[in-house]
Amino acid sequence: MNALEIDAVWKYFGDFPALREVGIHVSPGSVVALLGRNGAGKTTLLRIIAGLSKPSRGTVRILGEETRKESTRRRIGVLGHGISLYDELSAAENLELFGRLYNLPDPRGRAVAMLERTGLDRVRDGLVREFSRGMRQRLAVARAFLHDPQLLLLDEPFTALDDRAIAVLQSMLKEMRAKGATIVMSTHQLREALELATHVALLKKGEIAFSGERTQEMVDDTGWLYRTYGDN
Amino acid sequence: MLLRSALTIAAKDLRSELRTKEALNASLAFSIVILVLFSFAFDPGSEEIMEFSGGLLWLVYSFAGALVLNRSFAREKDNDCLDALVSSPAPIGALFLGKALANWALLLAVELVSLAAFGLFYNVRFIAQFWPILMVMALATWAMTVIGTMFSALTVNLRLRELMLPILVYPFLIPALMAAMLLTTDLLAGMSIWGNDSIWVRVLVAFDFVFTALAVVFIDVVLVG
Amino acid sequence: MRDRLVYLLAAVAAGLLMWNIYKIFMVLPVEANVGAYKIVYFHVPAAFTAFSGFFVALAASALFLATGDLKYDSFAAGVTEVALAFATVNLVTGSIWGRFAWGIWWTWDARLTSMLTCWLMYAGYMMLRRAIEEPTQRARLSAVLSIFGCVNVGFVYKSIEWYRTQHPSPVLSIREGGGMGPGMEAPIYWNWLAFACFATVLIMVRMRQEQVSREIDSLRREAHAF
Repeated sequence: MNALEIDAVWKYFGDFPALREVGIHVSPGSVVALLGRNGAGKTTLLRIIAGLSKPSRGTVRILGEETRKESTRRRIGVLGHGISLYDELSAAENLELFGRLYNLPDPRGRAVAMLERTGLDRVRDGLVREFSRGMRQRLAVARAFLHDPQLLLLDEPFTALDDRAIAVLQSMLKEMRAKGATIVMSTHQLREALELATHVALLKKGEIAFSGERTQEMVDDTGWLYRTYGDN
Repeated sequence: MLLRSALTIAAKDLRSELRTKEALNASLAFSIVILVLFSFAFDPGSEEIMEFSGGLLWLVYSFAGALVLNRSFAREKDNDCLDALVSSPAPIGALFLGKALANWALLLAVELVSLAAFGLFYNVRFIAQFWPILMVMALATWAMTVIGTMFSALTVNLRLRELMLPILVYPFLIPALMAAMLLTTDLLAGMSIWGNDSIWVRVLVAFDFVFTALAVVFIDVVLVG
Repeated sequence: MRDRLVYLLAAVAAGLLMWNIYKIFMVLPVEANVGAYKIVYFHVPAAFTAFSGFFVALAASALFLATGDLKYDSFAAGVTEVALAFATVNLVTGSIWGRFAWGIWWTWDARLTSMLTCWLMYAGYMMLRRAIEEPTQRARLSAVLSIFGCVNVGFVYKSIEWYRTQHPSPVLSIREGGGMGPGMEAPIYWNWLAFACFATVLIMVRMRQEQVSREIDSLRREAHAF
């Protein structure tokens, strides 16, 4: 069973199709780098997969089920542009909150474990409002991975991360890959993404211009894909 | 699951608000200010005050309440928290109910303090009828909360959110506010609400029931694009 | 074809209106209406049109949410805006009527107050639409507001009516206090028909406008995207 099946998805904003007949099948354990210029539809597509938005036409199935089903949502982890954390709550309180919403058996224990994993256990009772930017980003990563999701959706995760946060993110992504999770990440940072990726999909004007396995050529010459399939 | 998630979210909202107390303080301060301003509009010592005591009180409650209700979904936009909540397994109805419960508790707290201030400033005795007054407060505040929270969700993504919310909410609340004002005036005058005016209790209950049901049904359409 | 239909309807509406006005002002004897004034022949049909508009908008909004087809949204927006216009007519004629019947420009008459409240709700609807740029989101959110609003119309109407039975104020009514003779009520319904035709014309024009503005919006997105 595919981890993610997107079939003939269209998304209209008014009469304007932001996504046109998008179809991708992602097998479990893959890491898909979703590329494309600004405005090509990457965020729109990710939001639809995450269940934050409904497609105008077409279907999206995650592990065989609909995206909005409760059991499906439990298996998705989302890391978007914002950190999705509450400034007035402490790091531990934030993670415990999401632990409870995700029905984890031991929210507090899991929160503590994740805080240690991301190097934030010393500030576990500090309010997020007082954290530095890098700390906030690491906590956001902790939140996204808290419930061991089987499908990870990341929207430009490497943008605006500091070095320590990037290191934490990369190590956690490798860990999730080892556990067999599927990762879909949209990115502009070609090099970091292509290193991790097993597959690549290029969105151009809302359509899939290329979708296939990552090749060595892509890693060696990061501009090749855009030159060949992009619009120049 | 629905109830548990709703309570988790309600607890989160309450904890957030009690830690900063921003909306709470603003709301309380505003209600005291309005009470003081009204004292210049009417003669607080006169007998006529009893005729519109309920009206006055509910005007204070609805204006001060807007400050709390405005923050409701707005606080989820700050760090893109709304996306995390919507994509979590918590049912979307729970998201609405949790926020509504938290708002209701906060509004009732502000209203109780305002009631005490009102009694003090305008020499109005309410202890004798306290429990019926509390019942009316609970019902009508739930009406304000349901509509206010729902419309807060409706306007969460808009630029002019703070302006739009009062414009949308107040006309909607007219039936509930009217009922609350009439009942409270009766109660503060020492009359029973179970006689002629019992119909207004039924209006409040029906309003609460219908709009809570509508809100829980339509919150999904509003939040998931 | 569609344009021809619009012109035809406009002609019918204009014809009906003119015939009604002739009948109301020329044919009906002035003394026939003792308590009411001839303005009632515009005041009441305007209310009928406005309220039926709100209900039709509810249906259109529900249809949009069910199908996702934006033409239902254009229709709902058009109907609501036109209903709002007729509500304004009702309020203004009601105010004028009050001036002549009671000497005051506004009586908190139950029906007028209800209409004013509904006017405020639906003016909010128009403001909401104006505040949302993206057409699909605008359609979705205003559909929900329309449904809430129409359900509330029932609450508003009934509760204000009950309030006025307890706290009476000057009433604008054609039935109480010297009503109308038999056969005098017919022009109200004829005028309603005329108003309905007129409303349909306006709605069709408005729908076309919404459609064009959506086309422009999508062209703009296309030009600015990628």
